[in-house]
Amino acid sequence: MNSQQTRPDIASTAIATGRESSGNGIVSIHGLRKQYPGKPPVTAVSDIDLDVRQGEIYGLLGPNGAGKTTIISACTTRVLPTAGNVFIGGIDAVRRPSDARRLMGVVPQYNTLERACTVAENIHFHCLYFGFSSSEARARTAELLDQFHLSERAGSYPAQLSGGLAQRVQIARAIAHRPRVLFLDEPSAGLDPQSRIAMWEAVQRLNTEGITVVVTTHYMEEADELCDRVAIVDGGRILVEDTPAALKSSIGANTIYELDLRGNAAALMPTLRALPHVTGVEPTLKGIRVMADNVDGLLPQVVAAATGYGLRDMRITEPTLETVFIRLTGRDLRE
Amino acid sequence: MSTAVTTPPHVATARSAPPAISHTQQYVRAFAGLFLRDLHVLKREVFPFLIRIVMNPLLFLFVFTYIMPHMTNGAAMNPTQQMSAHAGANFSTVLLPGLMAVAIMFSGIAAVALPLAVDFGSTREIDDRVMCPLPTSFVAIEKIIFSALQSIIAAAFVFPLAYYIPSTPVYAHVTSWPFLIAVVVLASLTAGALGLTIGTSVKPQQIGLIFGVVVMPITFLGCVYYPWGALGAIRWLQIGVLLNPIVYMSEGLRAALTPSLPHMNQAAILIMLTFFLALLTWIGTRGFIKRVIG
Repeated sequence: MNSQQTRPDIASTAIATGRESSGNGIVSIHGLRKQYPGKPPVTAVSDIDLDVRQGEIYGLLGPNGAGKTTIISACTTRVLPTAGNVFIGGIDAVRRPSDARRLMGVVPQYNTLERACTVAENIHFHCLYFGFSSSEARARTAELLDQFHLSERAGSYPAQLSGGLAQRVQIARAIAHRPRVLFLDEPSAGLDPQSRIAMWEAVQRLNTEGITVVVTTHYMEEADELCDRVAIVDGGRILVEDTPAALKSSIGANTIYELDLRGNAAALMPTLRALPHVTGVEPTLKGIRVMADNVDGLLPQVVAAATGYGLRDMRITEPTLETVFIRLTGRDLRE
Repeated sequence: MSTAVTTPPHVATARSAPPAISHTQQYVRAFAGLFLRDLHVLKREVFPFLIRIVMNPLLFLFVFTYIMPHMTNGAAMNPTQQMSAHAGANFSTVLLPGLMAVAIMFSGIAAVALPLAVDFGSTREIDDRVMCPLPTSFVAIEKIIFSALQSIIAAAFVFPLAYYIPSTPVYAHVTSWPFLIAVVVLASLTAGALGLTIGTSVKPQQIGLIFGVVVMPITFLGCVYYPWGALGAIRWLQIGVLLNPIVYMSEGLRAALTPSLPHMNQAAILIMLTFFLALLTWIGTRGFIKRVIG
């Protein structure tokens, strides 16, 4: 006998209401547009379509103001879309927000822990909101405090916690009701490197336990290293969506030479383009970017060609998501 | 055949979630959770809470019904003394329902408007409660109801103070307990709804201003220190204050506790309190949703 039928739970609720779903993903967005009233009205995002697959870590990568938070807020029922649909686990998050909230855990950008409650109480009351009995909530709180190495801090108040610890409590609280998908909005912002690593370890562990993760970030290295798939967002639109590896290989090169030049860069470009194994040459603010295959002997040739043009500095890198972003927008991610 | 073998790990995680419950149960539990959380925080902050609700009636009674009567010309300085004497009551008796109304109203502001201003202005602490599996309007309504509980406690504290402090005894007499309960409950809920309306409609940075712009005028023009009937001499004001919900709180308590003093018609009081409760709940809830849902 199928145990899904004998014990109805969140998973089967979603399956039962699956007819509502119009996508395959656990998070499914179609034609999302959000316009804020004003003179003139501001369109935060438009034409957003995406499907996050069950079990993956999905990254929304883009500069500040790109629309990442609006997308995540629409998913987490905190923004009403002007147009389009959002489905979480098959449930229409726009029409049935309180049902959709049972399937999601949310860690917002800012610290929203209850200042008047201890770490343990923050988790305990969260459990009560989601229908746990008092004893279930106590057990779950103890379990999470242990899992997130917070037991020693159970009686601390949020004001006494460092940024990294507070973030960990927020994650523990967000998943306390055992959601299927965890939304993290800029989780690394403001964290020191060590806390960032600890936070990501916690998130990855949750992911291996089966929770789908949707994360926004403007740290390319992070998105590259941790996300199974990434959507690059800019100007309220998704420019491209794929695995980090596929996005980087779309550059068509293994090695990138960034040349800073004092002389006439335009005159040098045809020479560089004619070199063997060079797949692309493009101007940058300070000089030229050369995309090439990873072969021995090319470096001296590039240097020799550029010497007569006032070569001041050169950096050799592999393609990164930042390179992809720059290729797509012509701008640096940090600009 | 069992599907358990092929069940992917994510389903296993979701499987350990609490069992599905009906919508009503889900809402009731979430609402109860919010209420328990508020109760817990109030218990922790019981001393600040007591100071908040006791200070105003304590000082008022002490100055107007203890210090002033002890002064040589105290009675002449007391504007309502003569009027209350006509009605066969002393000023302490006039003050009792008025101070209860103020206690109820202040609690609504302190329990809803001020915390909301802090929430919306900086801490965003309310986020986790907004994200509970409950329609957002009920998160706002929970605030009204919890605030009403505090208002009722605050009103109850006025009694012992009015009994012990004044130099002349207070004559309170409850003719109808159902009416008294109805007035206290309606007034307390209305105060919470007023707090919600203020907390969601005023910019968080300007919340300090509302004491001058809203709280003081509606208190002083709320028939707190004089019965509404006594305003007959200033007709325009007597009509004008009918827009003030505090008027019905003080008049309602006057009708319920000190019926020997002039007061409004009881049915009119209940109707107007219900009207203001509905209106302020509607405005406040809409404002709340606007604040938390973009």
